Amino acid sequence: MAETTIDTHDTVEGEGGGEVRRRDFLEIAAVSAAGVGGLAVLYPLISQMAPSKDVLAESTTEVDVSAIEPGQAIKAVFRKQPVFVRNLTPAEIEAANAVPTGSLRDPQSLAERTKEGYENWLITMGVCTHLGCVPLGAGEGENKGEFGGYFCPCHGSHYDTAARIRKGPAPLNLEVPEYEFTSDTTVQIG
Amino acid sequence: MSFPWAKQYEPKLPLMKFLDEKLPLPRFVYNAVGAGYPVPRNLNYFWNFGVLAGFCLVIQIVTGVILAMHYAPNALVAFDSTEHIMRDVNWGWMLRYGHANGASFFFVVVYVHIFRGLFFSSYKAPREMIWLLGVVIFLLMMATAFMGYVLPWGQMSFWGAKVITGLFGAIPLVGEPLQIWLLGGYAPDNAALNRFFSLHFLLPFVILGVVILHIWALHIPGSSNPTGVEVKSESDTVPFHPYYTAKDGFGLGVFLVIYTLFVFFMPNSLGHPDNYIPANPLSTPAHIVPEWYFWPFYAILRAFTQDFLFIPAKLMGVIAMFASILVWFFLPWLDRSPVRSGLYRPVFRKFFYALLVAMAVLFWCGGAPAEEPYVMLSQIAAMYYFAHFLIILPLVSSFETPKPLPGSITEAVLGDKTGGHDAVPLATTNDAPASA
Repeated sequence: MAETTIDTHDTVEGEGGGEVRRRDFLEIAAVSAAGVGGLAVLYPLISQMAPSKDVLAESTTEVDVSAIEPGQAIKAVFRKQPVFVRNLTPAEIEAANAVPTGSLRDPQSLAERTKEGYENWLITMGVCTHLGCVPLGAGEGENKGEFGGYFCPCHGSHYDTAARIRKGPAPLNLEVPEYEFTSDTTVQIG
Repeated sequence: MSFPWAKQYEPKLPLMKFLDEKLPLPRFVYNAVGAGYPVPRNLNYFWNFGVLAGFCLVIQIVTGVILAMHYAPNALVAFDSTEHIMRDVNWGWMLRYGHANGASFFFVVVYVHIFRGLFFSSYKAPREMIWLLGVVIFLLMMATAFMGYVLPWGQMSFWGAKVITGLFGAIPLVGEPLQIWLLGGYAPDNAALNRFFSLHFLLPFVILGVVILHIWALHIPGSSNPTGVEVKSESDTVPFHPYYTAKDGFGLGVFLVIYTLFVFFMPNSLGHPDNYIPANPLSTPAHIVPEWYFWPFYAILRAFTQDFLFIPAKLMGVIAMFASILVWFFLPWLDRSPVRSGLYRPVFRKFFYALLVAMAVLFWCGGAPAEEPYVMLSQIAAMYYFAHFLIILPLVSSFETPKPLPGSITEAVLGDKTGGHDAVPLATTNDAPASA
């Protein structure tokens, strides 16, 4: 409001001359200062909704994998989301390697999705890349889908034994989180 | 609108005279919904639904504020506190069922309200602003209802929150950070529940504010009517009070009978049983669906299964779902026919009924699993839905020959013998002082 009043004033006084006056600088400086102040207030009001310190502190999870037999999988929790830790059988590894990478929707080989020396350990997020449901297939006797990996019940996405998307609406393979083997039986995720 | 023949407010009691001079609130109410607001005499029962929607908002705010006195927005206890309301709080079961079913009935009423507007073209000049504000209210309602459904922290609550915030994750580049910002974490958790509670409390009051603007915008041109012919003289209108307060009161009675039947005798018929299972972040229910009032838009979301050029199917679905409502913002400029009412538009009417069928199909498919034939049906229905607004309406308005319109509202009601006999022509009295 104040701005408009001053503007009108300007056009009346400034008629006939387009020169910059000190008063123009004052206006620009005042409005800029108010703008910066406004943004400085807005930033914390928005930023408070981003993950807080305690949520960020949950950024790593340790999993003991010693009890998982080949062919079995467990659900661990990482950042409050399920992680599938699966001990692949030789047959499953063979099935995953038999697929030509180029034919996949999200081309990745099994080797790219596991760590060197631990090719039998398939560690992926249990979060369907479509809309975030938890696929079936990690538990005993659950539907593993048409490709022997995971099956998402929400909208019917099928994942193969390397947890790659093979059929259904999901756009990407199940995400492989950052992880490393701290010993032969312990994985640190995150 | 205050037509020149509108009754004038005259305070009689000394207190009312005092008030009228200092703060003329009674005058304002009198001119807004009292005898000072002349309304077309021919409104049918479809015109009851605005008042019903307002009443639903009141039900939701009152029961909602009460429920918030007993509900705890914390992931550890949210589900239990809801059960505490059901079992321990005096009348808690009734208030909770009243609020939950109230949301469903709010949407029933609003869908009828919207389709009334679509059929009688209540969005056309000079009423565009009423329509635009209405679309804003509808969007706010959907956001509010979504966040409310999350609060009990059942399985549907949790996975609904996950899927709906996941929609924002489909946006390129900013999507994932936006989703994390909305949730305050990487999956729905305490942070998300806590803020959804806060916003679920806030938004109804924002809705209330926009509703006031909606009614204000309505009172400038005055109510539309089933003929679409504007008010021309005093014989076309009756004062809002007592004629329409009585009619709305009757409609409200009928509405309450049906609403209370649901609350008392089938309170869970519109809900999903899985929301009586506490949220489990490690297991998704086999068949997750949103609440029934989101089904048509959910069906549109899921209708897009193929990647298109560089746009992935998931993003296409999200864009289509939002576009299906945003297209309403352009409706006043897409339908160019000068005739308002669908009663006098034979071609439009057929397509309107086709739109109703498409909506019914979308409702049905949205609640069904994402399998054939539902996917294909929702693809066809979604295609018709968009074609209706973007192609059919502009085309029809360019070639359609409308049926002859009645000369006036009075003529439509009483036949042309009596029309305009004792009428006061508006043009000659236009210079009379119009009160707000």
